[in-house]
Amino acid sequence: MSTANMTRAERRQARRIRRFDNPWLNPKLIWGAGLLLSIIFIGIVGRFLWNLDLVFTGSSPLKLPPLGFENLRGQPGVMAHPIGTDGGGRDMLAMIIIGAPNTLFVGLLASLIGMSIGIFLGFSAGFLGGRIDDTIRVGADVMITIPPLLILVVFQSAFGDVTLTMMALLIAGFVWQSPTRLIRAQVLSMKQSGYVQMAQLSGASTTHIMFREMMPNLVPYLFGSFIASVTTSIVTAVGLEVLGLGPQRIPTLGRTIYEAINAGALIQNLWWWWGIPTLLLGVIFIGLLLINLGLDEVSNPRLRRLS
Amino acid sequence: MGRIPRDYLVNRLVTLVLTVLIAATIIWIIPRLSPVDPAEIALGRMAAGAGSVANSEEILAQLRANMGIDQPLIVQYLKYISGALVFDFGLSTAAFPTPVSTLILNALPWTMGLMILSLLITFFIGNLLGALMVWDRSPKLVKVAIPAAMVFTSIPPILSGLLLMWIFAAKLQWFPLTGAYSIFVEPGWTWEFVKSVLHHGFLPALSIVVVTFGFWALGMRGLMIGVQGEDYVKLAEAKGLRPRYILYRYMIRNAILPQITAFALKIGLLIAGQVLVERIFAYNGMGKLLYDAILNQDFPVIQGVSYVIILITALSVFLVDLLYPFIDPRIRHEANA
Repeated sequence: MSTANMTRAERRQARRIRRFDNPWLNPKLIWGAGLLLSIIFIGIVGRFLWNLDLVFTGSSPLKLPPLGFENLRGQPGVMAHPIGTDGGGRDMLAMIIIGAPNTLFVGLLASLIGMSIGIFLGFSAGFLGGRIDDTIRVGADVMITIPPLLILVVFQSAFGDVTLTMMALLIAGFVWQSPTRLIRAQVLSMKQSGYVQMAQLSGASTTHIMFREMMPNLVPYLFGSFIASVTTSIVTAVGLEVLGLGPQRIPTLGRTIYEAINAGALIQNLWWWWGIPTLLLGVIFIGLLLINLGLDEVSNPRLRRLS
Repeated sequence: MGRIPRDYLVNRLVTLVLTVLIAATIIWIIPRLSPVDPAEIALGRMAAGAGSVANSEEILAQLRANMGIDQPLIVQYLKYISGALVFDFGLSTAAFPTPVSTLILNALPWTMGLMILSLLITFFIGNLLGALMVWDRSPKLVKVAIPAAMVFTSIPPILSGLLLMWIFAAKLQWFPLTGAYSIFVEPGWTWEFVKSVLHHGFLPALSIVVVTFGFWALGMRGLMIGVQGEDYVKLAEAKGLRPRYILYRYMIRNAILPQITAFALKIGLLIAGQVLVERIFAYNGMGKLLYDAILNQDFPVIQGVSYVIILITALSVFLVDLLYPFIDPRIRHEANA
């Protein structure tokens, strides 16, 4: 049947069916990825188009509002600082261009490391069993209860300033537990399945079975787990920054909020100072949530019918 | 508690003890790896207060002896662990000589009160909404509005807190900006005081509720989809039971149980999130205590607060694990679970 002589409803249904042919192309996944990519886009394009020296303290007038608004002193926003300046005379746009990708970077790096540890430990536990399994399982159970924020608060207040990479490494020490548990459970159930036993019987090596036979089936779970740990990592990083414990000399979204609260930006009605980083963080988290919901639909077809 | 097999109990207990012990050890080791000397910080504070300090060498030695950091590490560690068992973390260095445990005892009721209140509200609302999203008789509005509203629930409570604070405290001035009660009322069990506490607690609690109910709603939605197709629901419908009765007694009752385990896993993140909310609202709880301690480099307090919060988290997970089979009789404890 050609598309021309279908009714509108039929066309819509056909489109929906086609969409479900490839579960990876569901709208939630696309929207979520789009939101995150737009943050990265701001970070990349901004570096070429905007003067990043404006990020230094005192490089701009203090507390200017965004374009089209007036601050309490009656100053209007100016083109030179389209989204305003903060209480230390820094241009908000320059801070965002540098700070927003930093926040994503910490989340991605921490979860990449955490996931690698999780994949390694989860496979080892599920596949090898015995003592190794016991040790890893108890280790993951123990570590999953400890809130990362509090350990890191102790760490960073003892060591003072940290770099972004250092913070990501520290957070990575707390995001390997859930992937480990998830992968272990999946591996345990997969080990019983026909194709794995077939591979074993035909003399395939352990690594071949792990990475060639089992890994592809785990991909949706791995992605889901990865996104969840990116969220946890960013929440933890922002938490540390808002307590004033993140990197001190590099702009991050959390640190901007910290400075705004400390300067009483809420009472002084400097909403753009804390509001813009809050908004961007919101965009990041909503993007991550949408990706996660989209991935759920990929790995759990029962959910697809409802949306 | 005769129904809990001994193996399972031992297993959970070992996990609990290990969790607390490992966390306490990490908290203890970290400051000792740092190049910062707490005695020098204390001396620096003295010097800042007095202008100059004579005999600084002797004072340093005395401070080290007072803090117990001149002893061998193993002695220090054993002392610390045995102290932590009875919640003795020494004296606060910023609010010297108040014991850390006193500071924590003063802050804890505020944190626990806020947490229990907001948890109960979000658990109730979240699960109900999640169930309604799947139920085929719920109004259209529910099915459209809730998923839309839920997008915002991926946001950590600190961001919603800032937003609510700006709208309702700074702009509209319906609620106070900071604090846990008004400075004009005398603390005590008077109606005035309770009213003030509720008035101050509303926004912090709300900022937690608006961003956490989505977690429960999402989980509940997934579970309800599973329950929907079950034979006993079909049977109940065939028997002609009222739909509302089926929803509450057949579907929600069966779907809600795994949510309780999710609760245990989530609690650590919830507490950490609440600490941050307390910090921005300058609420008199553990969050503010922790933040002030960070500002003053008050290590005993930082350690004490972190330890107590980790302990609360580990204990709640332990309790949920133990209570679970009583709530859901279908689950049998397995020694290796």
